[in-house]
Amino acid sequence: MKKYFPFITLGFLAVLPLIGLSSYVMHILILAIMWSVIGMAWNLLSGYCGQVSFGHAAFFGTGAYSAGMLYSKLGISGWWGLPASIIVVTCFALVIGYICLRLRGPFFALATLSMGVILRIVAENLVDFTGGDLGIMIRERTWVEKIWYYYIILAIACGTFIAVKMVIESKLGYYFVAIREDQDAAESLGINTTFYKTIALCLSAVLTGFAGAFYTNYMGYIDPKVVFALHDISIVTIMVVMVGGVATYWGPAAGAVIMVLLAEIIRSIPALGTAHQTFFGILLIVIIIFLPNGIVGDFSKLKRLVGLERRPT
Amino acid sequence: MSFLVINKVSRFFGGLSALTNVSFEISKGDIVGLIGPNGAGKTTLFNVVNGFYKPSKGEVFFRGRTISGLKPHQICQKGIARTFQVVKPLQRLSVFDNVLASAFLRTAGRGEAAKLALDILQFTGLFEERDTISKGLPLGMRKRLEIARALATQPELLLLDESFAGLNPTELNESIQIIRRIREKGITIMIIEHHMKVIMSISDRIVVLNYGEKIAEGTPQEIRHSPLVVEAYLGEAQSA
Repeated sequence: MKKYFPFITLGFLAVLPLIGLSSYVMHILILAIMWSVIGMAWNLLSGYCGQVSFGHAAFFGTGAYSAGMLYSKLGISGWWGLPASIIVVTCFALVIGYICLRLRGPFFALATLSMGVILRIVAENLVDFTGGDLGIMIRERTWVEKIWYYYIILAIACGTFIAVKMVIESKLGYYFVAIREDQDAAESLGINTTFYKTIALCLSAVLTGFAGAFYTNYMGYIDPKVVFALHDISIVTIMVVMVGGVATYWGPAAGAVIMVLLAEIIRSIPALGTAHQTFFGILLIVIIIFLPNGIVGDFSKLKRLVGLERRPT
Repeated sequence: MSFLVINKVSRFFGGLSALTNVSFEISKGDIVGLIGPNGAGKTTLFNVVNGFYKPSKGEVFFRGRTISGLKPHQICQKGIARTFQVVKPLQRLSVFDNVLASAFLRTAGRGEAAKLALDILQFTGLFEERDTISKGLPLGMRKRLEIARALATQPELLLLDESFAGLNPTELNESIQIIRRIREKGITIMIIEHHMKVIMSISDRIVVLNYGEKIAEGTPQEIRHSPLVVEAYLGEAQSA
């Protein structure tokens, strides 16, 4: 059963739109899958390799702007942004990695956080280049129906899942985890920690950039405040993985579904107004206290908590 | 050409000199004991050989080439592996995965690495514990896991930092057997140890450090009768 779980999920997701879901439900599904891609990418760097990033919006935004600027500057389809973002985001990741990866622990986290903010300010101020706060609008949408966008992001998610699984089960994955558990020990066991951390960062960045490039094409509009957002992108990315389960294969997907649904539900209660952010804060505290390994990581514990399974005697 | 040459190595931390002008050589296949009171600079010397510290003065040569200034991972790739006094296992991984992670260094592909890892687990007597999460291992096992991980990088020189400390007599005997078998494989060993009986029985040569300086070097017999050593180290231990 466990072995076939990925195929069953994929099959289910592949036929899901065929039953005629409303445009709104499709939108929610697309967002959830997109977030699971970003979550899986973040998980690779921060969950497995232990380098906690607070600035994944930097890579998301770079990917989004790669696609947007190909359209606005060169006049070609924003979909070329998907392959183009690989090169652009890798270059950015190498620069950011060169600066940040010499730092450890919380210092790395703070440095990445600032990277996201710096890129936002740059994008806002290079008006001639990026369009500044006006953002980039893609005037002719590729498809009116959402189903094609759905299948594209599903394919990206599938590819990301396979890529992450392959990396984690190979030598790279063991090296990443060794670096997470003890960087000095890893170094003395012959692991070039700087090199492998850079690889983790680049892989993670490219996958996040993919999601960003997709986002431009799907939403048809980007501006710096949206795609380089600290709380709406960087922090939500961390939340998705924390809620779902750090360093698990299915954690980011589970977290993405929960976070997207929760955001929609909370936003639809008008009485809350802007207080809806508070709920995410409370949720994060509850998760960290009761389910430190997330819903997937602490699944058996969760079942016990809600009384589905008797305590082991 | 000697196997490992430590040539006039000094290491300063600010104004404090942790190692002063230490020189000695190790021949291939030997077990060399490194002893001295607490704070004598033994672990600092390991950190210099292993690449965590650059020597402030002097150089370390391994098989005729200088290795001072190289990063720890490069030195490990050249064939020097070490264990840590305060054990540093990959806590959330199983014993097998711990050894596997370092077995990748000189093997091609996962299959080969897994085979090597299993061999080493057999060799160090950790085979039964291979699926245990290393966080939950008793100290003796964790010390042995450190040795297993270092062995998985297939070194020519193994630096053991207090691998016997805190072991009970049974574990101690097992560990001594393992060290002897490692030597039979042709691996040279430098070992820091406080347990005098152990160090005297397994070492071919002993180097004694005190306040960062080498005060004696020789066979266990010579060291036992050196008045300087007795004064600096053994005498203290007896009066305590």
